Amino acid sequence: MRPAEQEMAAAEDLRTRLRTADAGERGAVLRSAARDVRVTILKTIETAGMGHVGGDLSVSDILTTLFLGVLRLDPANPHWAQRDRFILSKGHCAAALYTVLAMRGFFATELLSSFMAPMSPLNGHPNRRKVPGVEANTGPLGHGLPIAVGCALAARLAKADWRTFVVLGDGELQEGSNWEAAMTAGHQGLSGLTAVIDRNGLQQGARTEATSALEPLDDRWRAFGWDVIDVDGHDVDALYDVFTAPPGDRARCILARTVKGKGVSFMEDRVEWHHKVPSSDQVRQAIEELTA
Amino acid sequence: MTALPEGLPQAPAETFDCRKAFADTLAEVARANPRVVAVCNDSVGSSNLNAFQKEFPDRLINVGIAEQNMVGVAAGLANGGFVPFVCAASPFLTGRAMEQIKADVAYNDYHVVLCGMSPGMAYGELGPTHHSLEDLAWTRAVSDLTVVVPADPHQTSGAVRWAVDAARPVFMRIGRFKVPAVTPSDTAFDAGRWVKLRDGGDVTLIATGTMVSRALAAAEALAAAGIGARVLNAVTIKPMDTETVVKAARETRRIVTAEEAIAVGGLGAAVAEIVVQHEPVPMRILGATGFAPTGDTAFLLDHFGLTAAGIADAARGLCG
Repeated sequence: MRPAEQEMAAAEDLRTRLRTADAGERGAVLRSAARDVRVTILKTIETAGMGHVGGDLSVSDILTTLFLGVLRLDPANPHWAQRDRFILSKGHCAAALYTVLAMRGFFATELLSSFMAPMSPLNGHPNRRKVPGVEANTGPLGHGLPIAVGCALAARLAKADWRTFVVLGDGELQEGSNWEAAMTAGHQGLSGLTAVIDRNGLQQGARTEATSALEPLDDRWRAFGWDVIDVDGHDVDALYDVFTAPPGDRARCILARTVKGKGVSFMEDRVEWHHKVPSSDQVRQAIEELTA
Repeated sequence: MTALPEGLPQAPAETFDCRKAFADTLAEVARANPRVVAVCNDSVGSSNLNAFQKEFPDRLINVGIAEQNMVGVAAGLANGGFVPFVCAASPFLTGRAMEQIKADVAYNDYHVVLCGMSPGMAYGELGPTHHSLEDLAWTRAVSDLTVVVPADPHQTSGAVRWAVDAARPVFMRIGRFKVPAVTPSDTAFDAGRWVKLRDGGDVTLIATGTMVSRALAAAEALAAAGIGARVLNAVTIKPMDTETVVKAARETRRIVTAEEAIAVGGLGAAVAEIVVQHEPVPMRILGATGFAPTGDTAFLLDHFGLTAAGIADAARGLCG
C-alpha cells in the first residue's frame, strides 16, 4: 500500500529538515520523531492486541535515528541496488520497524492498523516479500548477523559504498550463530558492517545475566576482532554521531545501553513487558507520559 | 525389449564422481557471470573447489566450520546481488543449517544455490553422522525450495547451468559415489520434467541420483524375464513431475521407487502422495531403512537392497 501524497510529503519534509539541520535542531527533530514512533507503536499493539512492546520501546531511538537520520534509502525504489542495508535481527520488534518504515515513506501509516490481522502484510515478524523496506525475514534469533555479514561482503565484492546495519537483541547473543558470524566479520575486517546491540539487559524470561551471562560483552566483541563503541541507546545525538562516524578498518559493534519499555514508567526495565499487551487505560497513561 | 534411446551410452563401463563436473561447470559459469560466488565451510578440497579458488580468489568465501553462518552469509550475498553456490557436505549443510535454509534462503526467496556435496552414504565407513539420508525429506518439506538430484555428470552440469539463472532458492545433491553416464547427451536439464530413459508397460521404476543406473540395469534384467519396465530419472524431487507419475501409474499399474536416502519422506513418499490421490496402484519404496552399519558405500547400498537386483526383485514382487 503506497502512502498518500500528503504522507510522502511529510516524510520528505522530515528528511529535508534533518538533512539541513544543525546538530541541535537535528536532535530535537529526532527526539520528537522518536516520541511519535513510541506513541504509534503503543497504538499499533493496542489495536492488534499482540506485540512485543518492551523491546519495541527499547529499540525506538535506535531505529528512529537510523531510518530518519542515517540510512541511505529510496522508499520509491525499495530495491535500489545502492541502498544501505538494514536488518532487524530481533524480528519480534516488527511493530517498531514497521512504524519507522511507514514514517520514512515506504508504505501508508494507515496500514499499521492491520498489524497481525488476518492476511495483513504486517506479520508479527517482518516479511520482505510483503513489506517494502524489509531486507530479511527475521524472527528466529541469531539469523540477522550472518545475513548482514553476507551483505557487507557483497558490498565489498561489488566495490560499492553502501553500508550494512544490523540491530540485535542482547538475549539473542546466546545463539551460537552470532559468534560464528562475528568471527567471520572479524577475520574479514568488514568495515562496512555495523552491528547495534540493543543492550536492555532483559530477555523473555529474566535478566540476561541471570540466564546465561553475556558480560564482559565489550571484551567479547573485541576478542572477535571488532571495534566496540559504548553509547546511551536513548541519546539520539550520540547515536547519530556513532552511526555516521566514518568506517574504520574493522567491523563495528555499538553497544547501545537501553531500557526495556523505555519512556513508560510502569514498563521500564520490567521483564513481564516483553510481550504483555497493555490495556486501553495503560495505553492512554503511557501516551500521556510520553507526550507530557 | 524396448530399445535404448539414441544417445544413451550402450555399455556404461566408465563411472564418474559428479563433483568434477560440478566444479568444472561452476568455473565455466563463473567466467561468464561475475556475480557467481562460492561459499564454503572449510570444504574447498572436499567440494573440489581448488581450481575455482585459484581462478577466482576473491569470489570464494570460506567462512570456516560454521554452517549456520555459511547459509546466512549466502543469503546476505544474494541480497547484495550475487549468486552464491554454497558448497558443503550435505549432512552438515542440511542438518546443521536447516533453519537457515528455511528462513534465510527459502522464506526470504533468495536466489541461493545450496549444493549438498557427497550426499546419501557417500562417506561410507565414516558412519551415520556423516551420511546424509534425511536431506531429501527435510528439503522437500521446505516451501519454495527446488530440490535437484542429478544422476550423472551431464545432468550435474545441466543443473548448475540452470541454477545460475533460476532466480529461486535451490538445493542440489552433488554425488561423490561414482556413477555411470545415464543421461542422453541431447537431454537438457528441465526442473520438474523427468527424463524417461526406457519405456515399458508392466512396471515403472522411478529412481533418483545414484539409483538411476541401477534401475536401468534392473530393467535390463526384468526384460530378460519378460517384464517390460519403464525407467524414469527423477531429477527433481521438488517440483515433482506429476503428469509423468500419473501417466506411469495409469499405463504400467505398478511403481517401484529407489533413492539413496531414508525411505521416509523422500522420492518414494513424494511419488506415493501423487499416486494415492490421482491413480492408486501398488508401490514399493526402496531406500535406507535405518542408520547404516559400518561399510563402504557400495557395501551399504547392497545392505539396503539398493542394487539392480534389489530393484528388480521389488518389481517382480509387484508383478507376481
